[in-house]
Amino acid sequence: MSKQPKPPKPDELAKSIEYKTPETQWMETPVKFKPGMWCYGSRPKYLEEVGMPNPREWSPADDDWKLPENWKEIVLDGMKDRLGKYRTFKLFMDICVRCGACADKCHFYIGSGDPKNMPVLRAELMRSVYRKYFTTGGKLFGKTAGARELTEDVIKEWWYYYYQCTECRRCSVFCPYGIDTAEITIMGRELTNLLGLQTDWIGGPVANCYHKGNHLGLEPHTIQSNIEMMCDDIEEITGIRIEPTFNRKGAEILFVTPSGDLFGLPGIYTCMGYLMLFHELGLDYTWSTYASEGGNFGFFTSNEMAKRLHYKIYAEAKRLGVKWILGGECGHMWRLVHQYLNTWWGPPDFLEVPKSPITGTVFENAKSTKMVHVTEFTADLIKHGKIKLDPSRNDHLKITFHDSCNTSRGMGIFEEPRYIIKHVARHFYEMPENTIREKTFCCGSGSGLNAGENMELRMRGGFPRANAVRYVHEKYGVNMLANICAIDRAALPTLMQYWVPEVDVCGVHELVGNALVMTGEKKRTMDLRLEPLPGMEDEEEEE
Amino acid sequence: MGIREQLKENREKILSRWFESILKTYPAETVRFLKKTKDQFHNPVGQTIKEGIEGILFELTGEGEIEKITPFLDRIIRIRAIQDFTPSEAVAFIFQLKGIIREEIDLDRIGSEELLGLDKKIDELALKTFDIYMGCREKLYELKATELRNWTYKLLERANLLKEFEENFKSK
Repeated sequence: MSKQPKPPKPDELAKSIEYKTPETQWMETPVKFKPGMWCYGSRPKYLEEVGMPNPREWSPADDDWKLPENWKEIVLDGMKDRLGKYRTFKLFMDICVRCGACADKCHFYIGSGDPKNMPVLRAELMRSVYRKYFTTGGKLFGKTAGARELTEDVIKEWWYYYYQCTECRRCSVFCPYGIDTAEITIMGRELTNLLGLQTDWIGGPVANCYHKGNHLGLEPHTIQSNIEMMCDDIEEITGIRIEPTFNRKGAEILFVTPSGDLFGLPGIYTCMGYLMLFHELGLDYTWSTYASEGGNFGFFTSNEMAKRLHYKIYAEAKRLGVKWILGGECGHMWRLVHQYLNTWWGPPDFLEVPKSPITGTVFENAKSTKMVHVTEFTADLIKHGKIKLDPSRNDHLKITFHDSCNTSRGMGIFEEPRYIIKHVARHFYEMPENTIREKTFCCGSGSGLNAGENMELRMRGGFPRANAVRYVHEKYGVNMLANICAIDRAALPTLMQYWVPEVDVCGVHELVGNALVMTGEKKRTMDLRLEPLPGMEDEEEEE
Repeated sequence: MGIREQLKENREKILSRWFESILKTYPAETVRFLKKTKDQFHNPVGQTIKEGIEGILFELTGEGEIEKITPFLDRIIRIRAIQDFTPSEAVAFIFQLKGIIREEIDLDRIGSEELLGLDKKIDELALKTFDIYMGCREKLYELKATELRNWTYKLLERANLLKEFEENFKSK
């Protein structure tokens, strides 16, 4: 029989009495904007570029947000419109029973302790307004029925908290009703965007993408010369000159990757990996300087904007007359391809069902989207023994794999990257079970939150991920965090530098590029970062 | 019985009160989660604080070497430096230890020299917390700058701007 707990002593009981007056209820506690927690407001030119409403200079730190006069009508009409259009939105407003299963699953809540970061409460911020204006109970009984007036303070609260959610959907994994709280954040952003409340970090990439095809607004010659510079480095490492083609009509495959792979660290090393692999295979593919971005910050703006920006990939595939599309290591591009594309336009009829020209594998899973993930493509090559690999070149790395939210929860890619890593390297260690695969913790910087001014927010949101990395670092000596998402490659190095500085970050195809034995290559002494390979330090010096 | 023995004897009570007092700096709705959730991956904030204060007290009851205590302090402060706290709120927990110890041990059974010695040690830790806190905040600013460089690395390289940038921000 278990031991009965001892009753507390009188002095212990007295100590436990809380003399503080109760805090105000969340509805009555206006949001306080704290530094490091929010992104700058969008410059008007970005809104003008894509025809979004209310372009003006504004700052979230100001009392006056310069909202349109009829802002309330705009928001309520916007809600009504979306409740009619999107069945999920209506359902998610109605069916939550506030069981709390999601409450402690959000990385922002775990890292910050702010109750309004509990997904259930983040959703209540909007549900309370929904009840007030769209339900009989809420109209009649007001606060008793969990309803509240829509005020400017509520708009500010929405904005503050809907930009403290990365739409990662970890909470939805635990919801017994299958409520996708990310969709509520998506609606929150759509509605606040009707008032011109875009962030600069999202507004810029959206405008640039619309105008030039990629987030930074890189022009064709810049993209081409960046890739050629990478080819220079590849030549230095392997002795092999790669000559990729751009905008080539009649190529079999169009390759699209996030633009971060074209100019950022460590993304460029991943890109070098693609270039080397495709060259070695003799793949008939082309780059596009128009569809030069897999990322789509329109997805963090509105459904319409996401649709508008996404189409360029398929328009370019049509223009070039390719048979199918191969996609790089990107996060939300895949969520859009996998979950939105067919709703928007239906399966593209001008492309063929992807078939690997090397192995003959038909990618049945991509039958409707006609777009294959590069890890599916490479894993298939390895499975069929079509590439020669020397995993010892990655022997200095002890690798763990971070499942990116969009590719894991958004499309179920779990095995392919792991399969590749285990063939191109010899030291692989998993993070704990409740932090990977569908339960993966977000990097804390997704959905357009990877700006500089909200660094504290990002470090909080990324802490649960970093904490699991630290565990495998301490237990197994892990020193490399591999992933298949460009935002991860941009944001995780910063996260690691703060929490676990001993761990570096790479894309899976950087590891492939290192291990790939290319026909006619010279003796490899350097990795793709131009650093000596294990055991080659002296040879470097001799050269 | 000396102060070390008393600290060891009352370890659980001291730790429990210290933990409670740190948890009180978080919103009421969150305290329960931080306290009750034992999984270190599900509740890294609560568990890090718990393990951190255990480590600090363990070392204090031993040799009290600052170098050994610093990693525990670092883990707690690294979290609080990026949460909703002012600098003083972020580091106040180390000062609370003095009061808790005084209430939990039998002061009549130790010499004032011993107590002074412990206070001095905690003061040393307090000074260390300032260093760690500032280090964390400086790191954040450094990260903002280096991140911008990394994101546009190839473009800076193309424009021959990298050398200048590298000189300004040596570390990665």
